[in-house]
Amino acid sequence: MTRWWTIAFVCVALSSSMARAVQPNEVLADPALEQRARSISAGLRCLVCQNQSIDDSDAPLARDLRVLVRERLKSGDSDAEAVKFIVARYGEFVLLSPPFSFSTALLWFTPALLLLFGIYFIYRSSRIPMTTVKTSDALSEDEQEQLKKIVGT
Amino acid sequence: MIVEAGHFALILALAIAVVQTCVPFWGARIGDERLMQMAVPAAFSQFALVLFAFVALIWAFVVSDFSVTNVYENSHSAKPLIYKISGTWGNHEGSMVLWVLILALFGALVAAFGRNLPMRLRANVLSVQGAISLAFLIFIVATSNPFIRLDPAPFEGKGLNPILQDPALAFHPPFLYAGYVGYSLAFSFAVAALIEGRIDAAWARWVRPWTLAAWSFLTVGIALGSWWAYYELGWGGWWFWDPVENASFMPWLAGTALLHSAIVMEKRDSLKIWTVLLAIVTFALSLVGTFLVRSGVLTSVHAFAVDPERGVFILAIMVIFTGGALTLYAWRAPALRAGGVFAPISREGSLILNNLLLTAACGVVFVGTLYPLALEAITGEKISVGAPYFNATFLPLIMPLLLAMPFGPMLAWKRGDMAAAFQRLLAAAVIAFIAGIAVLASQERGPWLAPIGFALGIWLIGGAISEITSRCRLFEVPLRETISRLVNLPRANFGSALAHLGVGVAVLGIVGTSAWQVERIAALKPGEKIEISGYTLSFQGVTPSRGPNYKELIGTFEVASNGEVLATLLPSKRVYSAPRTQTSEVGILATWAGDVYIAIGDDLGEGAYSVRAYFHPLVRLIWIGALIMAFGGVLSLADRRLRVGAPRRSKIAPARGLATSG
Repeated sequence: MTRWWTIAFVCVALSSSMARAVQPNEVLADPALEQRARSISAGLRCLVCQNQSIDDSDAPLARDLRVLVRERLKSGDSDAEAVKFIVARYGEFVLLSPPFSFSTALLWFTPALLLLFGIYFIYRSSRIPMTTVKTSDALSEDEQEQLKKIVGT
Repeated sequence: MIVEAGHFALILALAIAVVQTCVPFWGARIGDERLMQMAVPAAFSQFALVLFAFVALIWAFVVSDFSVTNVYENSHSAKPLIYKISGTWGNHEGSMVLWVLILALFGALVAAFGRNLPMRLRANVLSVQGAISLAFLIFIVATSNPFIRLDPAPFEGKGLNPILQDPALAFHPPFLYAGYVGYSLAFSFAVAALIEGRIDAAWARWVRPWTLAAWSFLTVGIALGSWWAYYELGWGGWWFWDPVENASFMPWLAGTALLHSAIVMEKRDSLKIWTVLLAIVTFALSLVGTFLVRSGVLTSVHAFAVDPERGVFILAIMVIFTGGALTLYAWRAPALRAGGVFAPISREGSLILNNLLLTAACGVVFVGTLYPLALEAITGEKISVGAPYFNATFLPLIMPLLLAMPFGPMLAWKRGDMAAAFQRLLAAAVIAFIAGIAVLASQERGPWLAPIGFALGIWLIGGAISEITSRCRLFEVPLRETISRLVNLPRANFGSALAHLGVGVAVLGIVGTSAWQVERIAALKPGEKIEISGYTLSFQGVTPSRGPNYKELIGTFEVASNGEVLATLLPSKRVYSAPRTQTSEVGILATWAGDVYIAIGDDLGEGAYSVRAYFHPLVRLIWIGALIMAFGGVLSLADRRLRVGAPRRSKIAPARGLATSG
């Protein structure tokens, strides 16, 4: 039950003050820069929460990361450089969208593989003659009659 | 005393489950009618006993009997009555009893309404249902017994996590469970059919109403959870691709595919093997969900390895039932082959496309949810798979589905006419196209996906309406005939059109709030104002207040538009005493255009408070859409043809012929 229990609980428990993610004093004066900071934050994981981005998290560590991202942007980093800076310190675990690599190849190929497999499966089944096979599992006359009554046609 | 009686009833239910599993199954083997008949009283008494146990547990919570460990751990005497009751299933042990209760309820319903089922099939279905019950009852008694006493009894309980003390969340678990435990029947029917070695159109007709009912409950359950997150977590997120959410979303996707493939099987006698497989997979995903949420594996693989008792137990249940069913499937399925011929462009073809995309989307959610766990378990490497991954993979699979959706009901069985179908959808297509262009033209900011998404939503709504108007041939025949066709239209047709319309409505809400949400974060002192999306929010000040088990600080905000005061919103910050936790209650002004949403945060000193204000355009449509979908399901269920145990209706059968084409 309570699908939210864990995320909610962990983050509520962790936040000493019930501050809601981004705080007024963190917001940058330049709206364009702030917007960039927000979209970067949405892709970075709060390391002590479950599946929450630092943008949504109340944990103090998430706040530190948000401030860090903003500092990098203010000092002139590009978005990619700012992310690289964070990843260099906290590892790729911090990225909510894991980068393509040997160990994530299967993850990223999943949609295509599933689709191809599905299409192959459908193609193969459609090649099998679809005529009704009269085998022992066919209905007897009695059962046909019963079926008609139940189905009502 | 009542608690002991409940405990005893639970153990007795376990004993009955053994009988329900073995006796009817054996009866079906040797063809003994009396043994098969045992399934019915066994299912009834099983339900009665689990119900008694559950009520006894509720009673212990209501009277705050802290000599029961589970009550002590999860309740508090100062809690309002409703949360004492909902606290029963707000914890692991209680929620597992609810799980089994719903399982037993569905078993009892089959026993009660399944009189027209062939006796062997019913015996086997109830036997499989009994086996699932048995497994979970052993799990409860062995690892998660809610009736364990505590001596000496503590004076006061530890309390329920305040974040769960909420009306939407009180009813979220029962709905969710009614949904994914309800799929157990599709599973039981599938396994029973495999044991028998035969499946026909009638089988699909029996399975479909149960699946439909479960699906409707699950839809409402998921919507309630999402709505709760929206107003409780303080910033208006409604879906996070959290593993716990995915756990309920996977059975929903698979169940949706199952509903559709069962139609093909019922009407055209094809896709049998696939439908049986889907029925097994859907419930297997419910078990996966239970495992993910209940085992603690999500917190971390490490924590799971330290205290694996419960997790390993559920994992074993999952492996035994899924593995067993799939083995049976591999062994028996080749004997089931039979079906009608159809062209790619046909109702069948469209439903196969639906199944392809839905199962692929479900597979993506499955892999994305479990990949980090599997990778860490195998290589020790830790990665995160979050919202950006799911958005990037799920959307490309689901958008073609939405695009194709209105075509399905417009195509004829066996061989459809695409041009004719498109002609009937022309009005919907034109309106959707214009809507998309209008959005594109008026949109100052927001992603490029927004106009496409918005047009898709309109397309779905228009398509659903076109389906009804073309079925009753509006403007083609005299109005009188149209009305009589409309009245005679089977409810199942209305139901499916309504469910499709609900998807469109939800899509509009999702696009609106994701693309055009506006946010203001500010430090406000009493008397100060902020502007958001044409609304002026003036902060009047804060007042302290006190509830039954919390203290709160209420902020007062006046919401005005064009100088006219529309509402006073009272967001607050609560501090609960047991357990000591802070929560925030947001203030929401709901309008059709969107929600004005205010949350108040910390005292920043010098009389200023941290205030977060949002405008969430069209957000309500997400949940309204979900409710419309569920209502469509219920309406279909009310169709005579599907009603379980409906009296035989050979007399009126011919009258229906002309109104239905599908």
